[in-house]
Amino acid sequence: MALALAGAVSQGILWGIMVLGVFITFRMLDIADLTVDGSFALGGCVAAVASVNMGLDPLVAILLGTLAGIVAGAVTGLLHTLFDIPAILAGILTQISLWSINLRVMGKSNTPLLGVDTVFTRVSKALGISQSMASLLIGLVIAVLCIVLLYWFFGTEIGSALRATGQNEDMCRALGIDVRVTKLIALSLSNGLVGLSGALVCQSQKYADINMGTGAIVIGLAAIVIGEVLGRLTPGKLQAFGSRLTSAVVGSVIYFIIRAVVLQMGMDANDMKLLSAIIVALALVIPVIVERSQARRAYSKGGER
Amino acid sequence: MLSLKGVTKTFNRGTVNEKPALTGVNLNLDAGDFVTIIGGNGAGKSTLLNSIAGVFPLDGGTIVLDGKDVSRLPEHKRAADLGRVFQDPMRGTAADMQIDENLALAARRGQHRGLSWGISKEERDGYHERLKELDLGLEDRMTSKVGLLSGGQRQALTLLMAVLKKPKLLLLDEHTAALDPKTASKVLSLTQKLVAENHLTTLMVTHNMHDAIRLGNRLIMMHEGNVIYDVRGDEKAGLTVADLLKKFEEVSGGELANDRMLLS
Repeated sequence: MALALAGAVSQGILWGIMVLGVFITFRMLDIADLTVDGSFALGGCVAAVASVNMGLDPLVAILLGTLAGIVAGAVTGLLHTLFDIPAILAGILTQISLWSINLRVMGKSNTPLLGVDTVFTRVSKALGISQSMASLLIGLVIAVLCIVLLYWFFGTEIGSALRATGQNEDMCRALGIDVRVTKLIALSLSNGLVGLSGALVCQSQKYADINMGTGAIVIGLAAIVIGEVLGRLTPGKLQAFGSRLTSAVVGSVIYFIIRAVVLQMGMDANDMKLLSAIIVALALVIPVIVERSQARRAYSKGGER
Repeated sequence: MLSLKGVTKTFNRGTVNEKPALTGVNLNLDAGDFVTIIGGNGAGKSTLLNSIAGVFPLDGGTIVLDGKDVSRLPEHKRAADLGRVFQDPMRGTAADMQIDENLALAARRGQHRGLSWGISKEERDGYHERLKELDLGLEDRMTSKVGLLSGGQRQALTLLMAVLKKPKLLLLDEHTAALDPKTASKVLSLTQKLVAENHLTTLMVTHNMHDAIRLGNRLIMMHEGNVIYDVRGDEKAGLTVADLLKKFEEVSGGELANDRMLLS
């Protein structure tokens, strides 16, 4: 059980990088970007092919996976901004096409990373630690790096413009911000992180699979809402931007711990997607119910308070 | 400063809802002109402002701003020279960002936005001074989210954002219409002050005929997509609401101004 939990934590951190990507589109731009399912698998497939078929360095493989994710995000971004296709539909189109593209990239539905170096084997050899420790360590370092970089980026001029885009496009245009550009940047950046996460997960599990990204968006949303609930429960009320990013990754870790626990308890692994969907649905439903009941309770016949 | 020649726009062209919104508008503004615009519902007042701001592509005509033909520039490019305040206080600011962050966004209107920090210490001090001038106590709440402000406060902030980087032309689209009378008059005097201090060329749409007469140096009346009355200087200053109503009935063939105009 302890081993399963340790695995869940490091898995949660690696997937947490994907959650950061989903956070950008879902919380900053208010878009549920369905590209994610495809770009996560794309990152993994590209990284696998780069190291197995092309014999490239594992770091280069991860970089290529990230770049592929960026390109996938840009495709969704262009469909959405240049041709006014609704963001959800643009994401679906890219996601579906990526399924075929991923098969083309690998030439088959599954690529095992047998006998090739990964960043994890490398670090575990260099530091003389177990592979699961290496996975935890690398995940933590990259996740912290991503959080710091995102925190910095969203504080810059272009980053501020991007945050404003998600809130008020009329204002942005009136202030000279080209919202097509900011959305394109956000979608590319987001899917770059997703691709990075996919590549890392692929190297850590030692295979890439055509289905590895299926349901990733729901996992991302579930992790975000779990993180937000935790943030609200914490005494300091973690509302600052840095802590919102951190809680997204923490939410991902909790998600994978929950997953490990219910699997240990004998739940069918295939039911996990249902559970994720229920978590997200509940997180979206509860605030609506609370608001309605508050409105109903506020009513009194005389209108007095 | 601003010159419109034969500006036309028809919405929903070729459908049953076809609506000629601007029918060849010609208008010239000198630098420093403060023009108030009145007219009934659907007269084309907001469409005129939006055509200048580039919200939609024109059907025809040219718009020249300070010697530059902007007729076919997209909205975000024209924004470099324009300050805008909308009727809805929610539209001018980003609710989930801080007051100082909103100001910093506005301060960079028309400038390249790069990877330098979005707001600097000196900037923040400057905003403190500018907010003080509004006399709403906002200078002590610079790190508050704008969503926590009242409609009037948000509109005052939007106004400050519009003039923070001096625009060549200020476009005010019924910017006090959604406010209660007391707040509206406060925002209006703030408008007067900011326009005068910065010597801004201004177009202000209003449904309040008193305000239209009281403010600015020139008044235009619109009807069915064109300017039907244009008066300035002493002649404008000497107008009464009754004059305007009479004028309106004259040119629009007996049709009365709408209730909202009469009541306010």
